[in-house]
Amino acid sequence: MNEKVIYVKNLVKKFGSFVANDNLSFEVFGGEIFGFLGANGAGKTTAIRILSGLSSPTSGEVFVAGINASKNPEEIKKQIGYMSQKFSLYEDLTVKENIMLYGGIYGLSKSLIKERTDNLLEKLNFREYGDKLIAALPLGLRQKLAFSIAVFHEPKIVFLDEPTGGVDPITRRQFWEMIYETAARGITVFVTTHYMDEAEYCDRISIMSEGKIVALDTPENLKKLYNAGTVEEVFIKIARPVNN
Amino acid sequence: MTDQLSQGCPGKQNSDPEKQMQKVIESTDISKAFGSTKALNDITFSVDESEIFGLIGPDGAGKTTLFRIIATLLRPDNGEMKVLGQDCITGFKELRRNIGYMPGRFSLYQDLTVEENLNFYATVFGTTVKENYDLISDIYSHIEPFKKRLTGKLSGGMKQKLALSCALIHKPKLLILDEPTTGVDAVSRYEFWAMLAKLRQHNITIIVSTPYMDEAMRCDRVALIQNGLILSVAPPQKIRDGFSRKLFMIKASEKYKLIIALRKYPGTVTAYPFGDSVHVTFSDDRIDESLFRFLSEEGLSNVTAGETEAGIEDRFLELMEKGATA
Repeated sequence: MNEKVIYVKNLVKKFGSFVANDNLSFEVFGGEIFGFLGANGAGKTTAIRILSGLSSPTSGEVFVAGINASKNPEEIKKQIGYMSQKFSLYEDLTVKENIMLYGGIYGLSKSLIKERTDNLLEKLNFREYGDKLIAALPLGLRQKLAFSIAVFHEPKIVFLDEPTGGVDPITRRQFWEMIYETAARGITVFVTTHYMDEAEYCDRISIMSEGKIVALDTPENLKKLYNAGTVEEVFIKIARPVNN
Repeated sequence: MTDQLSQGCPGKQNSDPEKQMQKVIESTDISKAFGSTKALNDITFSVDESEIFGLIGPDGAGKTTLFRIIATLLRPDNGEMKVLGQDCITGFKELRRNIGYMPGRFSLYQDLTVEENLNFYATVFGTTVKENYDLISDIYSHIEPFKKRLTGKLSGGMKQKLALSCALIHKPKLLILDEPTTGVDAVSRYEFWAMLAKLRQHNITIIVSTPYMDEAMRCDRVALIQNGLILSVAPPQKIRDGFSRKLFMIKASEKYKLIIALRKYPGTVTAYPFGDSVHVTFSDDRIDESLFRFLSEEGLSNVTAGETEAGIEDRFLELMEKGATA
């Protein structure tokens, strides 16, 4: 799995005179779990929006699933999944209704949706929740469901924006096992998180600070490089919070 | 029961022995339901003056509901909640002057500047920014250079500092912080807790909820809450030391494969990923050759294993699995 699913070279994104992404260059490979870390305000969300086809670069090369992000951002959306903490599912629809809705949006056939819905509910042990409203589910279950829906159409990459915020330690781990399993199927997982122990689950991580990437390597190598016992120590050493 | 707060003179309060023993929060059999959902079940605990008291538990456990009752924003169905010696229902007016509350979502007006938000809060509580500036100066100094910036344009960490400043501007005796560091990066969290520790010098009592186990260790005492029930109240070290088995730390090159393999191994009781290793307990509390052989047969390489000390998160996982009292 050495295919480059994400290829970024000299990416610059400016808002007026403010440089949110300052010459970013990196690659992500097929089936990798890639942790995208950084302090609040460092420029992560800006970069993810460009990678998801929601925003265009000011300059630089960005290819996602082989598609040129500057030229064909709409095409990218078909190849990716996306889940964020702020919005994932429609609260006033049931579990099954959400699955049907997203399945339809991803362009899957009715029979495929039915088949995959059954599998999904079985796998998550969600049989009894099928007709429950999302609003009635606790956060941990919602997050697991949202993630399953984000990969429902078997995309090449799934972007996860702080997927486990506020969730209990057991559910967090169950969620990460779902991530492991997804990556093992060949889907690349691009995840941002503020939990530094989760950074250790990633194959490689990058740390952004003030618009630049200041570190990119396996957690092991970064810990050795910075003489640190944990990724948290590395982070505290090199990621300055943005004071503006 | 005499209302000691309204009877004591400001200068004499600290020397009154009865006042000194008074708990800042005294919760007795507090229950609250929303329709058929029992959010809180007979919650009983207390918090001492100048303590940093942590409330740890998963989403949906009842933390926010409990905090709202303490902050006099929600009435309990049953039980008694006394805050600073006053009943939270009958004494709410006076209590609100003496409580600082930072709710889960940001409490700030996004379309006001930093300075305007702070002035607003000061005015609403009948004071001025100048009056209690010494209390917030450590915190506010980080954002003061940006005081004319719109709050909506601040980063997460900066908003936290402003929200904390606004919660403190009237010099409350009790500070209630509902998940103040969720969604905030590791550096800002670190700085935030350093600021909290300093507030103790001003005799401010703090009750804080957090999903971060390492923050639990920074509290004087913590209460673990799950499904509306309190599972344990104790100093974090004591909770951590209550871990009931020997804990082992196992690593291999293949992270996910290792977890699967360990769960298959017949001797394993629990196996949880913890960063770059897996924390495992065994039914006979030991590792032997058969484990290494098993893992090797499962295709794992570079396996290392050894005993390790349980941290507070290990103990919480154990308690949550059992849903038992410590």
